[in-house]
Amino acid sequence: MSAARDQILGHIRRSLGRGEGAEAAAAREAVDARLTERPRGLIPERARTPDPDALVALFQEKAARVDCTTQVIASLDELPDAVADYLARENLPAELRMGAHPDLTAAPWDSRPTLSVSTGPTDGSHAVSVAAAFAGAAETATLALLSGPDAPTTLNFLPESEIVLLRKSRLVGPYEDVWRLLRARNEEAGGLPRTVNLITGPSRTGDIEQTIELGAHGPLRLHVVILDDV
Amino acid sequence: MQTTTPQFKENARTALANPQLQQALTKMKVGFVERRAQARAALPEFDALRDQARDIKNHTLEHLDLYLERFEEKVTAAGGHVHWARNAEEARRQVIEICRGVEAKSVTKGKSMISEEIALNGALEEAGFEVVETDLGEYIIQLRKEHPSHIIAPAIHVLKEQVAEDFRAHHIQFDKARPLTEPRQLIAEARQVLRQKYLDSDVGITGANFLIAETGTSVIVTNEGNGDLTQTLPKVHVVIASLEKVVPTLDDASAILRVLARSATGQEFSAYTTFSTGPRRPDDPDGPEQYHVILLDNGRSGMLGTEYQDMLRCIRCGACMNHCPVYGAVGGHAYGWVYPGPMGAVLTPSFIGVDQGGHLPNASTFCGRCAEVCPMRIPLPKMMRHYRAKEYEEGLAPPAMRFGLDLWGFVATKPRLYRLATRIAMGLLGRLGRKRGRFARLPLAEGWTRHRDFPAPEGSTFQDQWDAMGGAR
Repeated sequence: MSAARDQILGHIRRSLGRGEGAEAAAAREAVDARLTERPRGLIPERARTPDPDALVALFQEKAARVDCTTQVIASLDELPDAVADYLARENLPAELRMGAHPDLTAAPWDSRPTLSVSTGPTDGSHAVSVAAAFAGAAETATLALLSGPDAPTTLNFLPESEIVLLRKSRLVGPYEDVWRLLRARNEEAGGLPRTVNLITGPSRTGDIEQTIELGAHGPLRLHVVILDDV
Repeated sequence: MQTTTPQFKENARTALANPQLQQALTKMKVGFVERRAQARAALPEFDALRDQARDIKNHTLEHLDLYLERFEEKVTAAGGHVHWARNAEEARRQVIEICRGVEAKSVTKGKSMISEEIALNGALEEAGFEVVETDLGEYIIQLRKEHPSHIIAPAIHVLKEQVAEDFRAHHIQFDKARPLTEPRQLIAEARQVLRQKYLDSDVGITGANFLIAETGTSVIVTNEGNGDLTQTLPKVHVVIASLEKVVPTLDDASAILRVLARSATGQEFSAYTTFSTGPRRPDDPDGPEQYHVILLDNGRSGMLGTEYQDMLRCIRCGACMNHCPVYGAVGGHAYGWVYPGPMGAVLTPSFIGVDQGGHLPNASTFCGRCAEVCPMRIPLPKMMRHYRAKEYEEGLAPPAMRFGLDLWGFVATKPRLYRLATRIAMGLLGRLGRKRGRFARLPLAEGWTRHRDFPAPEGSTFQDQWDAMGGAR
């Protein structure tokens, strides 16, 4: 195994014609610099606005284009109503599976007694999931969800419908700002989570005659509830 | 994968005479091209982002050994394992060893071109594992015992009626009279069948669109979510990726992601872009217990430092084949190996040799659209030209072509002879064709006139006309 490793790396070095000594040191420095400084590239103009309202508008516009529905609520107290009304509108069962994320458990689910709520991962037997986004990139209506004890990854893929709570204070313009927030989180958490899911609209496929159909393997519906906490 | 590349000409003839394939290709041509054009128009910075993507990859390739070392270090620190494979054989063996190590029975797979390149499915089946492709297109062609004909739309050559036939033949658990006329019905059925496969699977294998040195992360980009189910539900997640997939940072990956989906499907962003780092954490409620990355060389380290290094920037979006008139006419299977279209015309001779793949660089009109749309600005026609030269130098071109080129070379290097010969030829053709302005048949040029008329020359050469107009020399 290590023979293969040494041979591959040796071959790369020979092919690149990189010398020893000062040249090798300079290459190492260039790599170290890039990995520590992590230079930001060109950010599209549309993603550069710092105005939270403009970001919400951009997110909603981009979401609509990828068949993702959105709504804005003013406080966590409104979450159960938003969810229950959405389920009724879409004619979906009033049973929810969610992670034990503090934002989700803090919502007054009892206010809608018809909703039955359970927490934990799913084995595919749950039709509707609720998750809390770590952040959102308005640039393309992209949600960032992190795996963790209170955020099972299966909730993002097995249920037929997913509802995601996104705090307006966590809505940024470009993907690069999501990484900025993630790196700050990693400092505290001691590293990356196993999975970072960037999700943009529901599951889709064009594999049969280029006809776009939703709900290929993952959710058929994606509804984003934006919490106005700014 | 067994190659039929040396029979490219026969393959192409068969493809042109296949009505179902031609119908499928007609549907493809409009879709991808229009959607990419719209995506480009909607992002003013698109071309500048292409320059940037090219520069990021160039920098990475110049320091490839160092970034790979860093990537390995970070994967290991996160509790994952990195395996280095010099060739297809080593990579297959490593995957099989991992599967045996957990006494796996069933293996599910996300879409991976590297898996095709190393012919993984056959090897796994031979070793006794059940192998299930989960990308809808890959699943369809697995049922049909075919290979992908397009790198991002593997079943693009299959019509929905054919898919319905395949499903009826294989999914015998369902009512025979069920309707399967609409894509929606076919997708729902595949979803139901594959759902159980995910849940029963012991090992999930995915490819990688990127490897990130900063964090030791592998990235997959999908629209269906099949790759995510493949890598989340089984105990083991195996990533198979080639060396050049590495990029320095998360920022670099997102910079390239901005041009990937737009170039591929014309989407602004794919539905699922997933970053995986190590196995599940101790408190995680789901996710794989083991995380392995197999780093495959298979000829890539030898492309560095050569005129083909630029090809290693390729992010496998498929834009070059979507815009290629040759691909549009014959489809992907005619190319005879894993990678079709212009990218295949460079990769195939690079990986399996000019003697096997030398036909492909000739299968080009040199119209240049591939280079024009490539998000990584890879000069594809230039590299195909290098391979044409190599084919000639190595004496692999057919005798008639060599004779023609030698003759032309002889005349073209003697200006006076060249002018005389062309003056006679143009004068003759001009007189013969003056009446109709074109030739329906022309000796020695049947290859052209069999399919279209040859326009008649004006009667004098460019150089003579230039002199007559008093042009400067």
